[in-house]
Amino acid sequence: MAIRLNVNGKPVSVDVPGNMPLLWVLRDELEQCGTKFGCGAGLCGACTVHQNGVAVRSCVTPVQAVAGKNITTIEGLSPDATHPLQLAWQEFDVPQCGYCQAGQIMTAAALLKKNANPTDEDIDKALDGNLCRCGTYLRIRKAIHRAAEMMRGNGGSGAGAEQGKA
Amino acid sequence: MKTKTATSMNRRFFFQVTLGAGGALVLEAQGPRRGAAPKILPTAFIRIEPSGIVTLTGKNPEMGQGIKTALPMILADELDVDWKMVRVVQGDLDEVKFGSQSAGGSRSTPNNWDLMRRVGAAGRQMLVQAAADTMGVSPLECTTELGKVYHKASGKSVSYGEIAAKAAALPPPDLATVKPKDRKDYKLIGKSVATIDLDKMVAGKPIYSIDFKLPGMLFAVFEKCPVFNGKVVKANLDEIRALPGVKHVFQVEGDGNVASLASGVAILAEKWWYANEARKKLKIEWAEGPNAAHSSAGYDAKAAELFAQKPAFTIRKDGDPEAALAKAAKVVEGKYTFPFISHAQLEPGNCAAKFENGKMEIWAPSQTPGRGLQMAAQALGMPAADITIHQLRTGGGFGRRLANDYLVEAAYLAKQLPGVPVKLLWTREDDFRHDFYRPGGYQRMRGGVDANGKIVAWHDHFVSFGEGQNFVSSSNIAPTEFPAQFLDNLAIEATLIPTGVPTGPLRAPRSNSHAWVIHSFLDELAHAAGKDPVEFRLELLGEARKVGTGFGAYDAGRMRAVLLKAAEVSGWGKRTLPKGRGLGVGFHYSHSGYFAEVAEVSVDGQKRVKVHKVWAVGDVGSDIIHPSSARNQVEGAIVDGMSEMMNQEITIEKGRTVQSNYHQHQAVRMAQAPPEIEVHFVKSNNSPTGLGEPPLPPLLPAVANAIFAACGHRVRTLPMAKEGFRWA
Repeated sequence: MAIRLNVNGKPVSVDVPGNMPLLWVLRDELEQCGTKFGCGAGLCGACTVHQNGVAVRSCVTPVQAVAGKNITTIEGLSPDATHPLQLAWQEFDVPQCGYCQAGQIMTAAALLKKNANPTDEDIDKALDGNLCRCGTYLRIRKAIHRAAEMMRGNGGSGAGAEQGKA
Repeated sequence: MKTKTATSMNRRFFFQVTLGAGGALVLEAQGPRRGAAPKILPTAFIRIEPSGIVTLTGKNPEMGQGIKTALPMILADELDVDWKMVRVVQGDLDEVKFGSQSAGGSRSTPNNWDLMRRVGAAGRQMLVQAAADTMGVSPLECTTELGKVYHKASGKSVSYGEIAAKAAALPPPDLATVKPKDRKDYKLIGKSVATIDLDKMVAGKPIYSIDFKLPGMLFAVFEKCPVFNGKVVKANLDEIRALPGVKHVFQVEGDGNVASLASGVAILAEKWWYANEARKKLKIEWAEGPNAAHSSAGYDAKAAELFAQKPAFTIRKDGDPEAALAKAAKVVEGKYTFPFISHAQLEPGNCAAKFENGKMEIWAPSQTPGRGLQMAAQALGMPAADITIHQLRTGGGFGRRLANDYLVEAAYLAKQLPGVPVKLLWTREDDFRHDFYRPGGYQRMRGGVDANGKIVAWHDHFVSFGEGQNFVSSSNIAPTEFPAQFLDNLAIEATLIPTGVPTGPLRAPRSNSHAWVIHSFLDELAHAAGKDPVEFRLELLGEARKVGTGFGAYDAGRMRAVLLKAAEVSGWGKRTLPKGRGLGVGFHYSHSGYFAEVAEVSVDGQKRVKVHKVWAVGDVGSDIIHPSSARNQVEGAIVDGMSEMMNQEITIEKGRTVQSNYHQHQAVRMAQAPPEIEVHFVKSNNSPTGLGEPPLPPLLPAVANAIFAACGHRVRTLPMAKEGFRWA
């Protein structure tokens, strides 16, 4: 049965079992591979995407549960990878292996929508579900503060598609 | 692991110059033939397009350690080109062309530092010659800057792109006679540049091994016996074949070696999720074999029994430690226990392969692709010459991908389906249950100090794993392990417990447990001696001098320097800390790097531990190639070390791994990571060495000793959660 949803601003229809996790729909049906498979159980956060602007774990989200919803992945966070978080991540040379970072950025993006000026505690709490096996947490936190600063108008571009929609 | 020195390699390297497409200069270093092996096609390290775009080859596997940036930086600096013009491509496996291509033991930097400098310098020399010929001047009067050759006297200049074709026609210089730059002339080395692939990572580009796909690819899961080395007897293969999306099901007999090809059932489907869904319906009868009798509880009981007996054999004995203990003013004894742990790198095991017309092509996330190729050849009964391996960026290694089991499995499945590309992907549960674990161990430490507080005796009875006197992988202790060579009366003895659990190197193998035991026990002795832990260690190290030779060579001066610096920057002995808060110190030499670390920790009444700050000081030689990346490695090692201390343990019941996912083998999360990590490098007159491993080991004793300073509890069991601790 075809399931319709919006991915990165585009309507798509996939003919898959309803219990197929959104992660595998994104990766194998829609060829959006920026969303990563880490644990398959909602424990590591590497698969984080936005469902109507809220961070969700796509590895434990059946695609039928997001029928008709707006899904944003790392590929759709901004049209040209210039979301302030993506810029700040580069400014602070955050990643090592980088495998978790799409999930970190998506979780951070959801946080910044709700909280334009998060404290360390706010960040720690929001990012608690995102594992970085390489241990780049200090840089992630700094980059989030920097991105928040940029988004509050203190330098940097990055009005991405997602913000435009929001 | 190959440890051939870069110098011996260089002498036998020579240049071949060919004209690439579009008149590009292609500089190719060609390695020695191995025996009578046929010559394999040479590969370019450097290619300069007429447009000025410089394409450099990253030769070693990239798993997050930053080598795909660091080695090309060395090339680019010597070549004298603008980093903005540099593109880096990942080299395929070809160790004749590139020299050793492994990522392990923090060897990529030391093994390639000299080679990369010479290859880059040779390229620059050829470009200068071609430019001088073009301008009608002497090459000795020419200088270079950022992709251009200048003749200052005449005011002439040409860009590298313009003369690339001409340079390509020149006879290549001998690498051994090429003169690399003076340190003072480095423009890139020592500066933080844009890390290669960073822009792609933040954009979610499909750059990882797991993302690699080919048209017509089938996706595989592989169910292996939960008991190590168990075998399939029979399975409901026909039932599985009929499930949605499933294309093929294979019963794999295996080759009796879990590091190569385990026995199990493979399911291949059009999309991976269908294969994994079908897997849930598998019913397999296993012949579990003798390992089913193994358990962690059994190992613990055996170790307790063995500590009551004399050690089975001696690894090192200096003087008469027993007599010295008998005469010591104070004797301290402590039994330390550390667990098996898993690598838990975030990208699960995966590999792609295609078998066609008798040739195997593999796309692998391996740390040792050369070994992987040999293993695939052996397991599949194929000539090595018929196998090619492409290297793909991978989401973390930590030593897990030194093994090539996923590679052999993928290649085996591809071989069953000629012409069909196959992608194997493990689940997280597969990864936890079929690892080559950091082996656990037990150490009964005894030491004595004299009336002046000087260590006079050291005895280590190490109960580890293996048969007779043969340790299983990564479970041994070196006869030169500190404080060996620094004490007159010292013995390291061992008794081994047989195990069927696969073991292997985890980031800073051996050091990641030994440093904790040794420096925790040194702390016990320092307190028994009534001495400051830093002072006590400085006395033990003694004067700046080199101790031992070969593998056991230890530079006491380098260690003193990092220890003194760590004490200085942390304000050791100069600050008054509130009750419940303390500083701890540890140092360790491993993988050619000297590191000392101080941790500031508080412990509350509920045994909740907060690491407030860590100061890490390292000496890895004369140059830090890419400082931002280097500091990142150190910061990560500190967080990783904390993860190993608190909640990570693999336990075995009935020959199988109990833990299945991250909730049972927890890594540190952001809130638990130290809010501050201060990294310093002490530059010494030594060739640069690697950073993946040496910053990790001192973290564990630094935190454990700080816990003692904060609350008086001596941590002797890891993970510390077993002693009632948890992160604040």
